[in-house]
Amino acid sequence: METTVDGLVIGSLYALVALGPCLVYGLLRVLDIANAASLTLGGYLVLVLAERADSPLLGVLSGLVAGAALGWLVQRFIYLPILDRGPIVTLVTGIGLYIVATELFRLVFGPSQRSAHVELPLPDVDVGGVRLEGIDILVLAVTFGVIGATWYVLTRTRSGVLWQAVAQDRHVAGAVGVNSPRVIAAVFAVGYLLSALAGALLSVKYDAVYPTLGDIPAYKMLAIIILGGLGSPLGTIVAALLIGLVESWVVASFGFALPRDAIAFVALIAMLLIRPQGLIPSRVVKP
Amino acid sequence: MTYAIVVAVTAILMATVVVSLNLTAGYAGQPNLAQSAFFGLGAYFAAVLSVEHGTSFWSVLPVAALVSGLAGAVLGAISLRLREDFFAITTVGLNFVVVALFKSVDFFGGATGIYGLPLPTLGGTSFTNDHFLVLSLVLLGLVVLIAKVVRDSWYGGMLMAIREDELVAASLGAPVALFKASAFALSSLLAGVVGAVYAFFISSITPETFGFNQSVLLLSMLIIGGMGTIRGAIVGAVLLTLIPELFRFAADYRNLVYGVFLVLVLRFQPQGLVGDDSWLARGASRLLGRSGPQSHATKEVAR
Repeated sequence: METTVDGLVIGSLYALVALGPCLVYGLLRVLDIANAASLTLGGYLVLVLAERADSPLLGVLSGLVAGAALGWLVQRFIYLPILDRGPIVTLVTGIGLYIVATELFRLVFGPSQRSAHVELPLPDVDVGGVRLEGIDILVLAVTFGVIGATWYVLTRTRSGVLWQAVAQDRHVAGAVGVNSPRVIAAVFAVGYLLSALAGALLSVKYDAVYPTLGDIPAYKMLAIIILGGLGSPLGTIVAALLIGLVESWVVASFGFALPRDAIAFVALIAMLLIRPQGLIPSRVVKP
Repeated sequence: MTYAIVVAVTAILMATVVVSLNLTAGYAGQPNLAQSAFFGLGAYFAAVLSVEHGTSFWSVLPVAALVSGLAGAVLGAISLRLREDFFAITTVGLNFVVVALFKSVDFFGGATGIYGLPLPTLGGTSFTNDHFLVLSLVLLGLVVLIAKVVRDSWYGGMLMAIREDELVAASLGAPVALFKASAFALSSLLAGVVGAVYAFFISSITPETFGFNQSVLLLSMLIIGGMGTIRGAIVGAVLLTLIPELFRFAADYRNLVYGVFLVLVLRFQPQGLVGDDSWLARGASRLLGRSGPQSHATKEVAR
């Protein structure tokens, strides 16, 4: 039971990180690894500001702002000019950006792990014999809030229709008067903001942040958005929770037989061979 | 001088792997981010067979080639089922799976890697670095020759047709499945042989040496040099091997320089430094008095 809760919490964090790249993929067919830099950034800002200014909340807020700004910069100055160059170029550019970010974190904040012992004013809760820590409840609440908000925005508002329009065909959407550059900029900003939020939660939960914090999430989120069916927000969330659960269960029952981080990719490869279109293929985003 | 020779051999071996990577990533246009997995398979089989079973260097080479080639054929078969983006991520995942296997399967010696590979012998004398230099040059020459034959053949032309439009190539009667799978098999087989030589050269190997970062580095070499060209593969590999050595005094900034360089090249010169239609290639052909590459002219018209 504790394993299941643990898996759900981890899966929620995966979902928060993967939603942005999933929406970005829908718009541009770009697999954006650089998004994970925002996760590390969010982690650093919350722990460093908790340590220096004694205010984790300020850290979270500045992380959100910095993340959104980073997302905007990346799409404006890096991705948009090279969109026509095909998927290999954009994918490797993203990896290059991520390397640059990791190195900058290492040079600015130092190579070793930082921690700040953030005390949350949240009580631990007992649910049917399972002890839930305050941070776990916060993670679950935030994730489900974000998922609800995303669902609402995508299906019930004008902005959601705009996303669908650009995802279906960027050029046609532009031709009928949709301001696609603005939609793209907004999606990048929101996606990076969510990653920064996930990074803040992650680093508070484990009380640790280090330059390569985003490594594993970066590659795992790609596995997740593909597992879910590229460009399908619902599939991405389901896949994220599933991967979190399966990882926890496998690690709990088989010990270290297979390293935790290879599981997502084994699942990915197995599933792609059985169901190449993903768990829940998107109805909007066509190949 | 030993140091210079070690760097030179490393650069030549890397160039050889990148030329082999160009067969799939360049000619066939497949986003292959798993080349170091095949390179690693060759290295690992060579190391295990020679250290654990006392097999000689020369008889290890065909085994490494066979294992890597087979693994490559399997990846090629997988690529038939998957669209470009899906396949790219599958190759990313393959690195993690292969490194996990190296770490956790007893046969591969576990997380600490394999140490103390014996020096190869030829006619009774043990290899020195000079021997390795000659051997790696021969290997590079051989792989370049194979790549050239492939490029200029009907087979290579079909691979490029698949790169440009798989559906059209299939509708013209190209056996796409066979071509893709065989391209992967050939590319991985060559990478496996180089991996075996590399393992003997550095004499001890660890799983992480052949992880995702190495695959990214290999593909970066090809992209920075010029995707789809043999000269690009060699120039990129040599550049990215030498630059870190030249910047040894600023070791702390080495990866930063690599990342920034990679992003800048991709952003402003995505065809690579010496690839077709790059500034350098255009300049060179103008100097030689030839008419500029045709793709340049057609682009102007298309606009």
